[in-house]
Parts: sequence; structure tokens; C-alpha cells
Amino acid sequence: MARLNPDNLAHAEELIALYPHRRSALIPILHVLQEQDGYLSEDGMAHVAELVGLEPVEVRGTASFYDMFHFEPVGRYLVAVCTNIACMLQGAYRLLEHAEETLGVAPGGTTADGMFTLEDAECLALCGNAPCVTVNWRFFGDLDPPEFDKLVEDLRSGRLDGEVPAHGTLSRVRRRHALTAGGSAGSASDQAALPNAIQPESDTPESQGPDLPAPGTHLDLSTRRSTTATAVVDAKHLESPK
Amino acid sequence: MSETNSAVSQVADPADPGVVVHLRKPPVVTASAVGTAPPRTPSASDTVTVTIDGRQVQAKAGEWIIDAADQAGVYIPRFCYHPRMKPVGMCRMCLVEVEGPRGSTLMPACFNPVSDGMTLHTRSPKALKAQEGVLEFLLVNHPLDCPVCDKGGECPLQDQTLTYGPGETRFVEEKRHWDKPIAISELVYLDRERCIQCGRCVRFADEVAGDALIDFAERGDRTEVAVFPDSPYSSYFSGNVVQICPVGALTSKPYRFKARPWDLEQVETTCTSCAVGCRTVVQATQGQVTRLIGVDSDPVNWGWLCDKGRFSYPDASDAGRVSVPMIREGDELVESTWAEAIAKAASGISAALRFGGGSSVGVIGGARLTNEDAYVWSKFARVALGTDNVDAQLGDGLPAQTVLGLPRATIDQAAAAPLVITVGSDVKDELPVLYIRLRHAVLEGATQLVELNTTPTGLSPYAADTARYKPGELAALAVAITSKSEPTGPVAGVDASTIASIRGHISRAGREAGPSGPAVVVLIARPSLAENDEQVATAARILAEIPGVAFLSGLRRGNIHGALDMGMAPGILPGRVALDTARSYYEHHWAAELPAEAGLDTSGMLVDAARGHIGALVLLGSDPLVDFPDADGALRGLVGARFVVAVDTHLNESVRRADVVLPAAPWSQRRGTFTNLEGRVSWLGQVTSPGSAWPEWMIAVELAARLGVDLGYESPEGIWAEIEKLSPLHRGVTHEVLSGPYGRDGVVVPVGASGHSTAAVRPLDPMADPGISSAERHKVAASSLSYGRAGAGSSSAMKPAQPRTAQAPASDSGPDAQVEPATPPLVGLPPVPVPSPSKPAGSAVGGALTLVTRRKMWDGGTAVQSSTYLSGLAPPPVLVANPAELAALGVAEGEKVTVSSAKGSLTVAASADAGVARGIAVIAWNLPGGRVGELIDAGDRLNFVSVEPGGDK
Repeated sequence: MARLNPDNLAHAEELIALYPHRRSALIPILHVLQEQDGYLSEDGMAHVAELVGLEPVEVRGTASFYDMFHFEPVGRYLVAVCTNIACMLQGAYRLLEHAEETLGVAPGGTTADGMFTLEDAECLALCGNAPCVTVNWRFFGDLDPPEFDKLVEDLRSGRLDGEVPAHGTLSRVRRRHALTAGGSAGSASDQAALPNAIQPESDTPESQGPDLPAPGTHLDLSTRRSTTATAVVDAKHLESPK
Repeated sequence: MSETNSAVSQVADPADPGVVVHLRKPPVVTASAVGTAPPRTPSASDTVTVTIDGRQVQAKAGEWIIDAADQAGVYIPRFCYHPRMKPVGMCRMCLVEVEGPRGSTLMPACFNPVSDGMTLHTRSPKALKAQEGVLEFLLVNHPLDCPVCDKGGECPLQDQTLTYGPGETRFVEEKRHWDKPIAISELVYLDRERCIQCGRCVRFADEVAGDALIDFAERGDRTEVAVFPDSPYSSYFSGNVVQICPVGALTSKPYRFKARPWDLEQVETTCTSCAVGCRTVVQATQGQVTRLIGVDSDPVNWGWLCDKGRFSYPDASDAGRVSVPMIREGDELVESTWAEAIAKAASGISAALRFGGGSSVGVIGGARLTNEDAYVWSKFARVALGTDNVDAQLGDGLPAQTVLGLPRATIDQAAAAPLVITVGSDVKDELPVLYIRLRHAVLEGATQLVELNTTPTGLSPYAADTARYKPGELAALAVAITSKSEPTGPVAGVDASTIASIRGHISRAGREAGPSGPAVVVLIARPSLAENDEQVATAARILAEIPGVAFLSGLRRGNIHGALDMGMAPGILPGRVALDTARSYYEHHWAAELPAEAGLDTSGMLVDAARGHIGALVLLGSDPLVDFPDADGALRGLVGARFVVAVDTHLNESVRRADVVLPAAPWSQRRGTFTNLEGRVSWLGQVTSPGSAWPEWMIAVELAARLGVDLGYESPEGIWAEIEKLSPLHRGVTHEVLSGPYGRDGVVVPVGASGHSTAAVRPLDPMADPGISSAERHKVAASSLSYGRAGAGSSSAMKPAQPRTAQAPASDSGPDAQVEPATPPLVGLPPVPVPSPSKPAGSAVGGALTLVTRRKMWDGGTAVQSSTYLSGLAPPPVLVANPAELAALGVAEGEKVTVSSAKGSLTVAASADAGVARGIAVIAWNLPGGRVGELIDAGDRLNFVSVEPGGDK
């Protein structure tokens, strides 16, 4: 897949309509594109350039400023190991080296089976459970090398499918909803009903995958901030057969 | 020029109280600068007092500090700031200390306007420390490879590091490494590790040229200038980013590793690639031209050049260059000597003259000549050949009387007029730097653009209104938009609402026009080479009735306007006067009888030649086989002419058929003057030796001598002295004016009652015009920087070389004054055309498409094809038509089609463009592999083609 599919194209046009300048919708549309393909392909960026009235090189220039946009296909699981200070003091580099060994790739690389892409990251905001890792933006804290191996094994075997959707649904930004505060769409009751915290149980298998949610569905505004408590890998969780 | 004066303020140059200095208009923020708007857009016009380094100076309110300091002669170091682009404050090099109520603060001088009472220090300890710190940071990742870097010796980073830098680095870590160099286009290389992220190139591409094909990618110390994969920086203006790059990150393929800047000889001159006449510095080493650099001429090019002008210089390659005279022996041209070749040429011409008189000889071409050359050839044709069969155009332009008679505008006036109407040409392809100026004016909101064109052009995205009229119906459209009564229905295929909107623009322009400039400027050019000039000439005459209208000619070929002004057109004599009215004047001054009637134009000469009526034809830097719209007609003409003399720099196709070939000195090897499309006369400098080639005036003098006429010219300066005396158009434009400080921007002729323009002696930004500024700094080649060898007041080299056979001209004629004929008037407006009973417009067979053909910048012409660097840039020929048209023909995008007319056929690929109306087939003029001229019958009002799927049949 390369260019935006018809559904995403319609979504992109909605996003463009939110702004006085078409180009202002660039970043939100790039999220949609990355959600569709898992990364920003050249054809996709050229399509976005057409939509917002820029040259493709300007789209790529803007997108490449941000680490969370990918320009090469990434694995099913994007494993980011935090190496910022809190995690570093708790052995993040030992963990990262171990991860490199386990996965057989250097940071930035993808395993041959296309399952894992390893990244080293700056602070992921889980300092309380350092050293921490995110897998497709789901948190796993207090990891040591054996636990990391266990995590990898669980991911590989599909035991964590309920927790961690495949890469490609990682972008949860839905500006359509986020921007309703001062805009036309959305009512006060919508705002009130907007979940401030995401319930882990809302990540049911049927909400996974690259499909767009039905119109009107409330969506999380950001990554799974509240999943920290439940998603932290604890022995009980990992042992419970799925 | 007066509106320019009103837009700038004048202050005394502190260094030289006698010189009036004009401040440049501050950059203007356009809509495209979303998110990067500087703090305040300077707009106020009152003067403020600023204290710079303890000295009180006057500055324009709202002017950037860096500009005010430049005017005061205080140089503030800079990298990202460019006087012709919007400031961004990116490099922080221009930090200065500004005093404020809460202590002094550091501010970027390029991004903060002056205010009254402001006190700032550019060399205080605080400012120096900041500048030093910025330089140390810039050098963190910059390699110290100056000895092998092309920029070394003229590098702003190198220069400013020596002046403002820390001297030593504290950086011991490893610097960035990249693959190098990478080619970001066919002409430009990028060495990313040298880049200091000033953004000049990126901003130029987007803001000035409108081709945002390069941009920054990545972030922090990984930031790089990049192109999108498989999408090179193939802009018509890519060479400018090489010129304005303040480090050696961007280099041009033709110049890379060719020379060191301190080894270059240089001379300021005017580019003669097209009729815009951009000011430039041409640099040479070891007798070879190596590089051109744009010079900031305020009324013309603002320092920019197009790639064709920049890279198609002589010596870029020598493919097909003629350097020695040649004569025909059987089927071959063999090298000869000047004496033999001139004698042979003269005997051929005299034979023709004996046989058929003046009407049996003709001169085709002259647009590549200097004004002096054109004057001498114009006189040579009338006096020595006794013919008026002279035409600098090749049947591809406009009637000479239309070009010369219409009221003229300047580029500045067009950029400031409330309305600009473009008719016909694609300015971006044909007059590239004029496109930059007009685009800027539209984006700035200074003018609005209306386009009357059959097909989309480079300026179409900027047009407020676009009339896509039916080919061949331009005159009807012109009537509809100018007549008193509003049309009720569509005219020429343009709907009534568009016409009403254009009419609205014209009346708005009339209301908004300032007292000094024109309300409407019309850029008039031939809409298509596949239709004759009847419609556009009629339309020009109709549009000339718009109140307050002035015209810019869209003729594109080099010095075509100088050639026409010098009488290189039938019925026209030097000084923009008509043969009828000026005959006695020139017969008196030239002391010779002039032809009794107006002669033939190129088309007429070729037709006559094909009938065997032309005994001798001179090709004066022209290639009718390629440039005349009707290739078949041109071939018949050249074959039919009994004797052909070619005076040219290159062996083009027509020259190969000549009997005698005389090598002419190319542009960089001769002195003279040039006239651009505004009528602006500027001097051309000579930087390299002509070798065994001669300037064209010298060839005319020698030929005339063999024909028994002594023209008596010895130097271009002598010729110019005669032009200045005789030509009513050039009165007052003396050597002193042209070579003086005001001559850099040229002088628009005729000079008004107030004398020549005294605008603009400006400091040039050494970071923008490296070549000429170093010439000024080091006073390199001071003698060659002025036109002619003699300085003002010296008379030795400027002794007017009077024609020995002629009477002395007016000013020293003394006793003969009473018999001297009055100065003839300039050519006036052409007569209002009588609507001719429409001629049959070719043979429109069923399903036929109207052929529309125009020039591309990269084409099959000699200038492009003789250069190793440029020849590959010409795109393959394609047929562009409406998608529905192609669907109706059953042709897919990219598929081969055969395009045929009554004259011939051509196989090209098809391409769909919804912007092209149905019923039209667009093929660019004469790209390599697709000679559209073979389809065209020059006698037809319009040409039609039929298109069939499949290749050659």
C-alpha cells in the first residue's frame, strides 16, 4: 500500500478542513498515513504533498524531524528501550545490549522475520518503573534481561495479543476529536464523556488492526497513559495462560 | 523610474557625500511564510535616527538593522541573511548589542527593525563574544578542507571566521561524515558536511523560484539539505543556490574543481542568453570562461540568473564552435584564411548585386549581435548592399513596427502596476528571470496577473484570472475585454463571467494606478509558432487602447530589441525610426542613397530565395532551418539561394549549408552594448581573447571594403559615438553615462527630458554577489570594468571614428547645419488593423487538432545542445492534450502517437493534461527528436494536425 486508501483520504480531507491553511493538517495526516502502512512510504508522502499543497520533499523534511515517524517498514512490534537518566541508572544500557543480543539487531534494525524493530529511546515517562520499554507504545517496566526475554517470547507466541496490538495501529491520535473543544463538532457531554484514562479492557481484539473506528466512536487522545499500572509486566500476568 | 524612487529613501553615503544612495525595499512577507513571519513587516516610510557604534545615522523606519548598518557602511557579519529574500534569523551570526531600558540585549540584526533612538553596538565585547561563539558552533561540524573546497578564497565562512572567529577550536570530537558529493540535480552537487544550515538555498527554491524541490530533512546535527528520492532539484534556477551558498556545500558541476577564485579574471557584463538582460560577472581563467555570477541590478535581475544564462557560456564546451573561416569546396566546408574567405564572400555578394541589384540580396539574423554590430550591419546592408532585405527575427516573433511602436514599460513598472496582462508566451521558459520578478510582484500583492493564453504556463498558478481562449481568436478576445459593451456570451471559447472579471480588473487598475506608472502592463508575445503573427499584432493594437497601458515585448532572443532599434528589420532604420520618414536624414548623414522601398522580412526572403530570386543571403548568427517556424520553407529558401554567407559562432545546421563561413566572436570575447526588452542599454565586457574570430562589426567593415565602401569604423566605442550622435533614440547615452557609476543598471532609451536615470548606486552584498564584490574590493581589472578603455574625460580611445565617406554629423556640421534634415520621429503606434476577411485557416480535416507550439528553456537550440552540461536537460518531445482527447483517440498516457499535417509527420509520446482545452495539441518547439517545424506551414493562419495511435507509419 502506498497512497492513502479511500477511507483515509476522506479522513485526510476532514482534517484539512479543520485548518485555515491546508498545510497545517500535514502532521495529523502523516499519522493517518503511518497508521495505514506502518511507515511513511515515498508514494504516501507524495500523495500527502498533493493533498496539502506542498512538494514531497517538504513533507519528508517535516516528517523526518520527528522520531516517531518511520520511513522504512518496521516489524510487527516496535520495541523502544529507554536510555534516559532514570532508566540508565537502573541498568538500561545492560538491558539494551541484552535486547540487541536477544533480537540479533542493533537499535534501528528489524529482525529477519519482521517481528521486532529495536529502538533506543529518550524518556518514555515511566521512570517509576525504570528501566522501561514500550512495545507499540504499551508500557513494560522494571525489566531485567530474563524478563525481557520472556516478554519477547510472549510477544512472539501471541500471548500478549490482547495487550499489544500489531504495529500499524500504534498511532492513536485522532485530531478530529481532539480539536472539537473550540470547534463545531462535539458537544459538552462528549467532552465530559471523553475518557480521561484508557481502560485496558477497551483494547479488545476487535478494536485492533488498522481499521478505522466507526464515526462517532470516542477514541483515546494519546498513547495509553493509564496502562502503566496494569501493563507493567508482573509475574502473575505473564504466567496466566491466555 | 520615479516610482522606484518613491519606494526608496535617499540618504547621503557617509563615505562620499556626493553620491546619492538608494535603500533597497525591505523584503516583504508573503502568504507562503506561514509560521515564519518576522516580528514586524517594515512599512512605514519616515526616517528614524539610529546610533550605530557611536555614530548617528538616518535610517528608514522599519528597516532591518542589518540594512541600515549596510547603508551606514558598517558591516555586520551574516550567513542566512540575503538582501533579496525574507530574513529568517537562523544563523545568529548577525547578533548585535542593542541598548534597552533594562540593559543591553543581543538581537539578530537581520530580524529586528530599527526604531527611533535605537543605540546598537556591532563591535562591543558582548557582540563580539556572541559572534565568536556562533562561529565556533558553526565550525563544530564544518570540515576544514578549504584547500580542496571550491569555495576557498571567496567563502563567507572562511572570511568571517578570520575576521570574527575564535581562531582556535575547542572541538575534539569526531565531525559528521556523509557520502560526498551527491548530485541533487544534473548541474548541482551537494557536500552535506560543509552545510551550516543557513537555509539560503531552501528559501530561494521556495520563495524566489517557486520550485520547493529541496528542503531540510532530519533534525539537530543530522540536519541535511535533501531532495525527495527520485525527484532531483531540476529547477530552471538551480545555479543561484550555488552562488548564494555561503559555504562550499553547493557547487556546480561545470565549475567544480575548474579554478581557484583568485586565479580568475573577471569583467562585469550583461547576459545575452535572452532579452531580459541580467547583469552578471563573467569569469575566466587561462583564456576560457569558467563561470558566471549574477550581479544585483535593481531594475532587472536582483542578482538572479537562470540556468540557461548561467551555464550556456562559450567554452562550456566547444561542440560545433567555428573558430576559423571556412569555404565550400564541393560538398565540404574546408578551413581557409580570413583573406580568402572574405574575398570569396565579397565576390559572391557582388555577383548577386550585379545580377539582380539590392533586392536580390538579404540578411537574416542579427539578434545575437551587440548594438554596435547591429548598427554597422544595418548600415552595411543599406549602404553597401543597397538592400532593405534585413530581418533579425526569423518569422517567429512579432511585426517590428508593433514591437517598436507600442508604448513601453520597464520591468519595475510591470512589477508595480495594478495589473499585468500576459499574452502568449510562457515567461518561465522564455524569459526566466522576468518570471521571477513577476511572480515576486504578484506574491507581494504589488500587482495582479491576468493571463490570456491557450494553454497553461509557469505563471498560471499566480494568475488572478486566466482566459484559455481558442487558438487563433486572440483578437476577438482582446476586443471583448476592452470594448465599451460587455459581451453577453462566450467569446473565443472564454465564458462571459471570466471576461467580465478581466474587464473588472482593467477598470480596477485604472482606478488604482499611481500618477507615474502605467495602470496596465501587457507582456505581448507570439502565442504559438504554429500560427502567424496576425492575431497577436491585432490584439496588441486593440489592447493599446486601454487607458494607461504600456507594453513589455516578449521577444526572447538575446539582443533582438537592440537589433530592431538599430534597424535590423525591413523598413526600419537605426534609432527606432521608419525608413520612409528617416530616409533623407540618413542619406544625409551616411552620404549614400538608401533603398527606395521597405524590403522583405525573413519569411519573404526565404520565399523569394526558394523561387530563385535571391542571389546572396547572409546568415548573421541565425539558423533558419531550426528556428524558422516552417522547416520546409526554410530548407527551400536556403537551397534556392545561390550564394550563402554565414557569420556565426557555431556550425549549426544552416551554417553547414553555407558557401562561406566567417567565425564571429562570441559574447564573452567582444565589447559593446546590449539592449534588453525594456530598451535598457548596458555595456558588455570582454574577458577572453577572440582568437581568430572577429566581432561582427569588423566583418561588415571588411566585407564593405571589398565591395568598395569604406565604413571607417575602428572600435565599438567609435561606432557607439556615431550611434549616440545620429540615432534619435540614443541621444544623451554617451560612453560616460554607460561606463559611469549609473551605467551598471543600464540606461533605458529614449532618455527622458530629465536626463538619464541616476538611480541606484548600491553597496553590493559580498555574501550575495561574490564575484563582483571581490572585483570591487580588490579593484581587479579596473580598466575592463568600464565600457571601453577610456575613462570619463579621456578622449584618446574614444575619438569618434567618423565614417570617412560620410558627412560629419549634426553637432559639428557647422556651415552645413541649415541643410541638415530634421531628426526623424520614432516609430509610432502601428495602424489599427482592418479586420481582414478571414483567410482560410489551413485545412481543418475532420477530427483535426489545432497545433500549439512554444519554446521550452531546455531545447534543441545551439546554446543548449552545444554544451556538454546542458544538452541532456532537454526533455523528450511529447504531445500534450486533454485527457478526454486522448481517450477519444484511444491513446494511453506515454503511448507513441503519430502527429501529421499536410507538411509532414512526427512520432512522439502522448501525455494528458486537463489544463489543455479540447481541440488543441501542444508540442514544445523543436526538442531533440521532435522538430515541430516540419509540421508547420508558415503561410497558414493556424496549423492543424491529426493524431493517430502508433509510431512511424
